[in-house]
Amino acid sequence: MTEPLIYEISTPGRVGVTLPNVDVPEAGMPENLIRDDLPLPELAEIDVVRHFVRLSQLNYGVDTGFYPLGSCTMKYNPKVNEDAARLTGFAFAHPLQDPEASQGSLALMYFLQEWLKEVGGFKGVSLQPAAGAHGELTGILIIRAYHLSRGDAKRTKILIPDSAHGTNPASTTMSGLEVIEIPSDERGNIDLEELKKHCGPEIAGLMLTNPNTLGLFEEQVQEVIDLIHSCGGLVYGDGANMNALLGVVRPGDLGIDVLHYNLHKTFSTPHGGGGPGSGPVGVLDHLVDFLPGPIVDVLEDEKEEQPPLYGLICPEKSIGRVKSFHGHFGMMVRAYTYMRIQGKQGMRAIADHAVLNANYLRVRLRDVYKVPFDRICMHEFVMEGHWPEAPDVHALDIAKRLMDYGFHPPTNYFPLIVPEALMIEPTETESKATLDAFAEALLKIAEEAKAEPALLQEAPHATPIGRLDEVRAARQLVLCCRPLELDSAAD
Amino acid sequence: MAYIPHTESERQEMLAEVGVKHFDELYGAIPADVRFPDLDLPEAASEMEVFAELTALSEANLDVIHTTNFLGAGAYHHYIPSVVDHILRRNEFYTAYTPYQPEISQGTLQAMFEYQSLMCQLTGMEVSNASHYDGATALAEAVILALNQHRMKRKKVLLSATIHPHAREVVRTYTQGMGLEIKGDEDCNVGPDQLIDLIDETTTLVAVQYPDFLGHIHDYTALGAAAQAAGALFCVVANPFALGMLKPPGEFGADVVVGDGQSLGIPMSFGGPSVGIFTTKEKYVRKMAGRLVGETVDKDGKRGFVLTLTPREQHIRRDKATSNICTNQGLMALASAVYLSVMGKTGLRKAAELAYHKAHYAAERIDTLEGFSLWNEGAFFHEFVISCPKPVSEINAHLLEYDILGGYDLGQDYPELKDHMLIAVTEMITQEEIEDLVLALEEVGHD
Amino acid sequence: MEFPQELKYTESDEWVRVEGASATAGITDYAQDQLSDVVYVEAIAELGQDLAKGEAHSTVESVKAAADVYMPIGGKITEVNEALMDAPEIVNSDPYGEAWMIKFEVADASELESLLDSAAYKKHCEEREG
Repeated sequence: MTEPLIYEISTPGRVGVTLPNVDVPEAGMPENLIRDDLPLPELAEIDVVRHFVRLSQLNYGVDTGFYPLGSCTMKYNPKVNEDAARLTGFAFAHPLQDPEASQGSLALMYFLQEWLKEVGGFKGVSLQPAAGAHGELTGILIIRAYHLSRGDAKRTKILIPDSAHGTNPASTTMSGLEVIEIPSDERGNIDLEELKKHCGPEIAGLMLTNPNTLGLFEEQVQEVIDLIHSCGGLVYGDGANMNALLGVVRPGDLGIDVLHYNLHKTFSTPHGGGGPGSGPVGVLDHLVDFLPGPIVDVLEDEKEEQPPLYGLICPEKSIGRVKSFHGHFGMMVRAYTYMRIQGKQGMRAIADHAVLNANYLRVRLRDVYKVPFDRICMHEFVMEGHWPEAPDVHALDIAKRLMDYGFHPPTNYFPLIVPEALMIEPTETESKATLDAFAEALLKIAEEAKAEPALLQEAPHATPIGRLDEVRAARQLVLCCRPLELDSAAD
Repeated sequence: MAYIPHTESERQEMLAEVGVKHFDELYGAIPADVRFPDLDLPEAASEMEVFAELTALSEANLDVIHTTNFLGAGAYHHYIPSVVDHILRRNEFYTAYTPYQPEISQGTLQAMFEYQSLMCQLTGMEVSNASHYDGATALAEAVILALNQHRMKRKKVLLSATIHPHAREVVRTYTQGMGLEIKGDEDCNVGPDQLIDLIDETTTLVAVQYPDFLGHIHDYTALGAAAQAAGALFCVVANPFALGMLKPPGEFGADVVVGDGQSLGIPMSFGGPSVGIFTTKEKYVRKMAGRLVGETVDKDGKRGFVLTLTPREQHIRRDKATSNICTNQGLMALASAVYLSVMGKTGLRKAAELAYHKAHYAAERIDTLEGFSLWNEGAFFHEFVISCPKPVSEINAHLLEYDILGGYDLGQDYPELKDHMLIAVTEMITQEEIEDLVLALEEVGHD
Repeated sequence: MEFPQELKYTESDEWVRVEGASATAGITDYAQDQLSDVVYVEAIAELGQDLAKGEAHSTVESVKAAADVYMPIGGKITEVNEALMDAPEIVNSDPYGEAWMIKFEVADASELESLLDSAAYKKHCEEREG
């Protein structure tokens, strides 16, 4: 089943909207600045609706089924969040309207800042970053600015474990700093001896993902953090895996100096087929002045009958704004709604059930799939999708075959330090029944791999389209509706 | 417990299977002195209670539905056909992740391919990525593209002063560790011709806005040619809604076109999320940041779509990637694609022309008022600057008494434009509302 | 997998053929096999540029990976193989022939001594296959 492109169903003369007539005298136009042709499609409203509904039916989302994509925290997205974000006073507020006329939005942002500070153990939070990677860039720029403010200009290197997500090194390079990769040891922790070798006066900091991308809590986390601090560096926490820590431990209490949250992972805002996300950054006391501005603060305390007055302030030594306006406010409304419903009691329950679900699946699968670091994991675990008895079946084949069983595959080939990695993160919103069905499917697939490998190698069989030719896509670039002439690349 | 389906007996059964008796035993690796903090958060509450609380908070805001809005300055109140949100609420779209598994993500992938196509057509460019966070961060990524194109050998960036102040600030934030010289935005009276004089052989990128922050529309052909003659890249920050009637920047020879897509079917939502548009020439495609969808076929020859040219990106090239961007604005890009599809060839043009005519009528009417005058010289689109007899904040306070949301106070960003107000007029404004504004302003002039 | 006798190799999977004062270089059969289908080759080096041993002269991309290609020994670039821009797949089909990447004037012939011969390089590849 394929759906034609929007341009292919266009019919000259067809119209999708009605608009009012001009009710003022028409003004002259600067003819040299007016376009001749506007090559947009021509469709009726029903054509547009059916086209996009049919496209949606070619997709798989959390609302379709189990989506255990490791490191992505594909938990259920509560529907009330969507309604809240669309309330008129939120969705139709102008970001530059007078703060006194925006007290509802500012109060919401203020409380979200406070709650994020509380669950993370931080002194300050900026809600401005648009996504996790954007939060990383913000955090590394904060670390850089901190050292520079102390006249410590030679700290130009950031240490990053080899198990880190690719955004960590990329964010570091963008900040103008240099990456040094640190290997993992045989228990999946950062290699402490290797780390010691690099500590010194040129180290700006360490980027730490904890739980790491193997789903393991760093067993020597305190030593790692103390080591970095003792050489004058700061520790950046990648909060992608915060779901495992809610109410369990606060990164700030561990001494992590700056951390980004992913509202679209931990706090249930939807992933939207790739975004938008939201990546607030939390910092300890010594970094509060460097946060990107503006942030929300109380300008006048609550008085009898009078609520407090909220306003926007810019921290004293701010690295500057990282985004237009105030960040992804719509995502903040969703996260606020979620945190408010969960409340104090909900935080720990989220972590407990996320960790339980991951361990349950690990235990159910470990006899058939090799789990290279087989100890109690946090919210996710990594296993190998490969057997000596089925040498031509790979993790990718298992992933594709899972689609035939109606599941979204786990993350594959990440982290890079595990061969044929399948990284499974069930999240707390999945029931035992769902986990059992998923485990059964994986066990069945393991049998198929040995008995009938072609079934996996040619999978998926039950999807709208089969495996796609990625080599052709990259060699013969077709990036928009008209084909690009390859020879034009030579000019 | 909200959104957690486990029953007590299932919980016990699962804990037993894992080999522990209690949840606490799962956290042995965590230092005991900081384990299980007592969080100072509100008590859990029901959906019913929380929604009531949120409704009250939302009602503590002013909004553009209950006022007449003349505030723009980078966020605009345009009509959003109902179709757009109905599609965005399709669960299969909004609860999906990035389309890493193309066999079950063709909906997102094809929609992004169509978004890319629509953006190319609208801006007059050859390739588009699948979105950046917003217009400001897209501009910062354009600067980085130029730096990489010149292999960091050219370090001067020229930004016109009439690029949105937030976008200029974001460029400076992003590039603070790169040792750049950023010039050209010291004075809002520096026009495209004077920018030409600042271009030299160290210039990597020249960027202007179209229509500019003060509403003007300029022909940038000469500036673009001068930039390219010096070996620099030429970038236009465009308002995509205005491109419904204005000549596309591709016709000025732009190397990169960026812009904020909020005006294409996305509510202002107190400033975000919107979508950052990024289009360029094919020869720069491998230097471009962000995801890209390409067409291909499956094993049976059926047309399908995949993420392509991924080795540019952070998950493969890590510290050598074109950018760190991972999550983008997929759903907002979808909103823009649905908006452009339903507005279509004639609808977008008509909406843009409505805004143009209404803005010119409003400018003309206000210009006749005592104490007020139209500051802009030359062509403008749907925003213009009014020189005012009093501080803008005072005028806006007066307008609010009539439920009118007044324009933007330009003195905040341009000291030379103290007591100047930037007024935006979109297709949502009626003649009657313009007359109400004129009457209210007239009172201010007479006070 | 081929390991031509007349070539010298680097541990990072480049080959070099020296003829008098000039040399030709590319990536090895092992390297193309590891990358799988090559979809793009770009010369980073400019004609006339002096590059030291170990500096990158080109980038090679497949669907899943990207790699820089380094100078096996130092020299001045005299030619880059522009045919690879349009037909990157020859890197897979003929890595030691049609898919040469650069030609250069050798700066210091003594640097050749640090490179691997065919047998040593073959062993290096086998070790990594583990």
